[in-house]
Amino acid sequence: MSRFPEIALASLLMTTPAFAEPLGLGRTALPEEIAAWDIDIRPDGLGLPEGRGNAWDGMDLYEAQCAHCHGVFGEAVGNWPQLAGGFGTLTDEHPVKTIGSYWPFASTVWDYVNRAMPYGAAQTLEPDEVYAITAYLLYLNDLVDDDFELSHENFAEVRLPNEDGFYLDDRKESEWPTFTQAPCMSDCIPGEAQVTMRAAVLDVTPDQDHSVLRDAAPDTAEAEVGSEAPAEPDPELVAAGERAFRACAACHAVGEGARNGVGPSLDGIVGSPAARADGFRYSPALTAAAGDGLVWTEEELVAFIENPRQYLSGNRMSYAGMRNAEDRAAVVAYLSTFGD
Amino acid sequence: MHAKSVITSPSPQAPIRHGHGPLVITGLAWSGTGTIASADVSIDGGRNWQQARLDGPSLDKSLHRFYLEIDWDGRDLYLQSRATDALGYTQPTKEALRTFRGSASIYHMNGIQTWHVNSSGEAENVEIS
Repeated sequence: MSRFPEIALASLLMTTPAFAEPLGLGRTALPEEIAAWDIDIRPDGLGLPEGRGNAWDGMDLYEAQCAHCHGVFGEAVGNWPQLAGGFGTLTDEHPVKTIGSYWPFASTVWDYVNRAMPYGAAQTLEPDEVYAITAYLLYLNDLVDDDFELSHENFAEVRLPNEDGFYLDDRKESEWPTFTQAPCMSDCIPGEAQVTMRAAVLDVTPDQDHSVLRDAAPDTAEAEVGSEAPAEPDPELVAAGERAFRACAACHAVGEGARNGVGPSLDGIVGSPAARADGFRYSPALTAAAGDGLVWTEEELVAFIENPRQYLSGNRMSYAGMRNAEDRAAVVAYLSTFGD
Repeated sequence: MHAKSVITSPSPQAPIRHGHGPLVITGLAWSGTGTIASADVSIDGGRNWQQARLDGPSLDKSLHRFYLEIDWDGRDLYLQSRATDALGYTQPTKEALRTFRGSASIYHMNGIQTWHVNSSGEAENVEIS
């Protein structure tokens, strides 16, 4: 921690007699308290705890804890902050400022995630998890490969593209000569004032009630009653599938009235043609596969869940895959209990 | 941040409820570089300015209350205020800020801002030409 606060306080006490007498308020902070508060990370990595995490693990954490606001690919849901992309837009009328396009230092990512995220549950992440999420955010911005591991050892090597886009404040040289001239007092602007924009239209006031987030999930038609009676799967297998489905539930809903979220509703998916959830924007890859006649039989679903990217290149389901064969079979059995 | 000010009354939260006649326009001015030397108020959207009366005490990097008394005949007001700090820096128009910083940025934080007050005394946050 910097010595600066103590030095500043000492000089204040010397020059300000009124503060020389103790006021009898408060107590000296304990070293443990100072350590708990002292969590800032400097651009060179000073302040980082030891730890490590890779982009693959970060993806699982991100999808479970971050994607419902920031989007599966960091593209943002509603008015929540976009985290990836936006390269080359900084001089546009509406620049897209993301970690990749704008931020100067990766330390800000680590510090912010560690300090303030997830929203509503700040400082609940372990250091290794913050490393993993940071690594995944770098991956989402095409700055590292998907097997990249970030740690306290290699942190300082990470550089963001816009680091050199920042410069020291030059306003004293650039603006002050103009803004320190004697101001005009009369007849400063010709003609009468005309309103060109209203704040209510500019939308400068943030949403108070999270309706942006709520509205982001498109409405789907009420679940229809299935015409075919589903086969009776093993109840134990279904129960196991319900547990394993927790890995999917951050993005996918099932059950009566299930809506599309980050991922489509999965009601009635087993045995149905691919890409069929009403109102869901599927990837071109999956739409094309559906056009080629892909049907989600139990076998196809099991193969897909095992490794989505390998199964169908270009699909948007950003999920590493379910490694355990029993879990895969259980999830499909669980899904088969939900008709249309 | 450099010199900035805002009119607190009339404003959207503080419309004029007493009708036409004598009106006290008041607001706050402050600067991150020191004290406020003067504050001006315009009722016609920056065409003409009148020096407002600063209330004390005048403390470093602190809010300074200012007042301007006018006789309001009920016409539309385009209220603006601008502060000048002890270094001689005068709060610029948004237009002037844009010439240095471009329109793409959001860094027009201390630009002069406008309330439009209609004849019934209600105020709205607007941009004007």
